[in-house]
Amino acid sequence: MSSHSAETVDPGTAALWDYEHHGHDPISTRTLGFWLYMLSDAMIFAALFAAYGVYVRNAAGGPTAADIIHPVYAMWETVVVFSSVFAYGLGMTALKRGSRAGVINGLLAAFVLGLVFLGMEYKEFADLLAAGAVPQRSGFLSAYWTIVLTHGLHMIIGLLWMFIMLIQVMREGFSQNVVYRLINLKLFWHFQAIIWVCVFTFVYLKGVL
Amino acid sequence: MLVDLQGPWNPIFGRLGLLLEVHYNNPVLFFAFELSVVVGVILLFWATCARKWGYIWREWLTTVDHKKIGVMYIVVGLVMMFRGFFDALMIRSQQAIAVGPDSPGVLGAAHGYLPPYHFDQVFTAHGMIMILVAATPILVGMMNIIVPLQIGARDMAYPYLNALGLWFTVVSAALVMIALFIGDFSHAGWVGLAPLTELPYSPGVGVDYWIWSIQIGSIGTTMGAINLIATIIKMRAPGMTWGRLPVFTWTSMASNIIALTSFPVLGVTLALLTFDRYLGTHFFTVGLGGDLMMYTNLFWIWGHPEVYFVVLPAFGMLSEIIPTFSEKPLFGYITMVIASMAIAAVSWSVWLHHFFTMGAGPNVNAFFSLATMLVGIPTGVKVFNWAFTMYRSRIRFDTPMLWAVGSMFLLISGGLTGMMLAVPAINYIVHNSVFVIAHFHNMFLLIVYAAFGAVSYWFPKVFGFKLDERLGKRFFWFFTAGTLMVFIPMYTLGFMGMTRRLDYITHPAWQPLLIAEMVGIGLYAISIVYFVLQLVVSIRDREKNAVGADAWGTSRNLEWATHSPVPFYNFAVTPIVHDRDEWAWRRQHGLTSLRPDHYVDIHMPKNTAVPLILGMLSLAFGFAMVWRIWWLAAVSAIAMLIVILYRSFDKDTDYIIPAADVERMENEMLARGNKVEQAGGAVGSGAYAAPQASAKKHQGD
Ligand code: HEM
Ligand SMILES: [Cu+2]
Repeated sequence: MSSHSAETVDPGTAALWDYEHHGHDPISTRTLGFWLYMLSDAMIFAALFAAYGVYVRNAAGGPTAADIIHPVYAMWETVVVFSSVFAYGLGMTALKRGSRAGVINGLLAAFVLGLVFLGMEYKEFADLLAAGAVPQRSGFLSAYWTIVLTHGLHMIIGLLWMFIMLIQVMREGFSQNVVYRLINLKLFWHFQAIIWVCVFTFVYLKGVL
Repeated sequence: MLVDLQGPWNPIFGRLGLLLEVHYNNPVLFFAFELSVVVGVILLFWATCARKWGYIWREWLTTVDHKKIGVMYIVVGLVMMFRGFFDALMIRSQQAIAVGPDSPGVLGAAHGYLPPYHFDQVFTAHGMIMILVAATPILVGMMNIIVPLQIGARDMAYPYLNALGLWFTVVSAALVMIALFIGDFSHAGWVGLAPLTELPYSPGVGVDYWIWSIQIGSIGTTMGAINLIATIIKMRAPGMTWGRLPVFTWTSMASNIIALTSFPVLGVTLALLTFDRYLGTHFFTVGLGGDLMMYTNLFWIWGHPEVYFVVLPAFGMLSEIIPTFSEKPLFGYITMVIASMAIAAVSWSVWLHHFFTMGAGPNVNAFFSLATMLVGIPTGVKVFNWAFTMYRSRIRFDTPMLWAVGSMFLLISGGLTGMMLAVPAINYIVHNSVFVIAHFHNMFLLIVYAAFGAVSYWFPKVFGFKLDERLGKRFFWFFTAGTLMVFIPMYTLGFMGMTRRLDYITHPAWQPLLIAEMVGIGLYAISIVYFVLQLVVSIRDREKNAVGADAWGTSRNLEWATHSPVPFYNFAVTPIVHDRDEWAWRRQHGLTSLRPDHYVDIHMPKNTAVPLILGMLSLAFGFAMVWRIWWLAAVSAIAMLIVILYRSFDKDTDYIIPAADVERMENEMLARGNKVEQAGGAVGSGAYAAPQASAKKHQGD
């Protein structure tokens, strides 16, 4: 009956129970879960990008992509996002060294740069509002606002999370919970930078072509 | 307000003023309302009188035990299936009587007893409920219970997230039920036909209920998918290699990969529709740059993978039941695994077959036609594998096996009609006819059959006693008679040209078949009585029907290597896996004792009320969004954020069961198991003794 098993085990001496087995390593399990979550988040952006590809032509006589998009400004935003990710990365190397001050400094710098990015985005959208390029104007503008602001919303959540992590690092030091959350936030923050690159390429650069 | 609303709105009550316009004098609504209230009051009364609140709170509402969460998922699914059945009953009776120009109407309907607007809500609710809050929870619940047991895990990877997923699903069901009494439900079909779902064409709150119910529920399903995938990857017992993973676990994996990648697309689709309805954007509107076909594409990019999300676990269940009752290993394990993964992969590239008639042109249609037909290959492989498993075996027709074989027949007929639909030329003729309805009900029923089979198969594992066989068989036969009586006429009517979603039938020649369907629904109703009777009788006779660890005597996988009912820590000591069919291997070698040499401490997660609280807050949020009560939406959203943050500061989330306690509990369970086995309770058909005897011999030589 068991002829299909790969190796043969001697049932007379086989160990049936593992007393030492402590299950999984919590940090790596949680990191895996976060990777899986990010896959689902990636699908959200994929669907939005696919839709944007259709809507970009549907300006309905209103402003087109070329009219409202400023790639140079967006390039500066890109620089800010990447600096923030870099600062976070420095914080994480400090985590490896076990330096609490290093982590806190890295997080703080990443946080401030994130705020700068959101400020720049805020100005961009305030200008659009002032120019009447509101999401209700056309299918294109609906898609444009949605895709950029979905990324922006992720950035806000990331900043909130960073804020909480600052508190937790100060209070708890590097407990297991804090460490896995720092690692997951690193993934999240890098991921937002990658999404921003896609936004920059497909929305801003292609928009001016 | 960003959009022009018809009817009243005020800052405190939102649109609740619309309630004044609902027709509460409708006896259909009144009946539903009365039934729900009476059942609810009886349950509350019972819980209070029997002083069960503490127990319910401790053991169920705040639990993070994957088995209890799974049971609750299944209960929610069954209750909602009952609700969906009532809707079906109404659709069938309406169509049977509203035939021909002279058919009379009652209750304000020109024909039959349901006015068109109400009828449309009924079939929308029926479809949405059956797929999203009946079938999905039952299958997710089953995966929740069985997968950790099959891989020898103590729990899911994230018990707390698991509870959260359950409560979001419950909220989804609750919103549909609330829609029945407070306001109305969408009338635009379960697929949400655009632009009918846009505000100008559906100015009420029905579509909003539909949106928020699905949105919240699908977040729960996505969380469950993350949890199951991580559990399968990370929590396997030593020796449980990928090549030894039970097939049900493999199909759960495939299915949850589908869920994880497709539900976010549904989320986006609904969010864009939400923006249209709440903010006045132009995604799916007519004009100003909106694109209706974009909705259909996005919806079916989720929708088609979703049907495989529900069908794959069903395939997995068949792959467990059939070998157990054939007393043989599953034929073609490797091909079964490859077929599951192949189905998951291909299901992503066929969505356009749901709208061949859109006018995309012959090349696009040909591509999607071929892609659709490709799915048939791995599906065929599976059917042959099951057939070869049964071929020249000792088949026993216990109830689970009856359901499994029934399910196979349905798969064959449903698959064949699917192939017909996949030919664009045929599709142009039968698209949107009841032939399509018969096809997909055929497919969903196969899932229901597999699920009922799985419920009776694993029931003794979870509760420690078997379901009554005699009543179970009656349930099966009446259900099957109902299936034949409803769906054979429906296929026929499809060929005769009857289109779907008709509240009034112009063509009297169809009536005999519609009446036949009505009779079929009656048979289903009888089968439900037997189902309930079966539960009641089995619970009454639970002592007599008690079972030992291996309830069927010929079970094969690891879940049978612990006590029935399974203790909350699953395995006292983690089992080591030696074979693809570990329990069959142990039984063959006479290694069925569940007593290890000694016991060690067990690390467990603590109960928590946080998922329940988050669920209730999301219910408040969903309700507030439906009725556009902005302050309530804001308050509940902020409260959710605070609860999440509060939980993130909680360090006291686990505890240890000392080895001595484990030993005490284990001894009790071993004693119970021995008693049952001596009484002959574990023996399904005498099969238990035979392999053991041969095992002794085997060990000797
Ligand atoms: C061999 C496998 C299958 C094939 C070839 C197939 C093919 C098709 C095709 C071509 C359609 C479109 C019909 C039309 O609207 O003109 C369709 C509709 C449908 N199928 Fe299948 N199918 C298969 C399996 C399944 C499974 C496994 C399920 C569910 C568990 C399912 C559920 C549905 C549903 C719900 C619809 C109708 C959706 C609607 O318009 O409301 N199918 N199928
Ligand atoms: Cu499909």
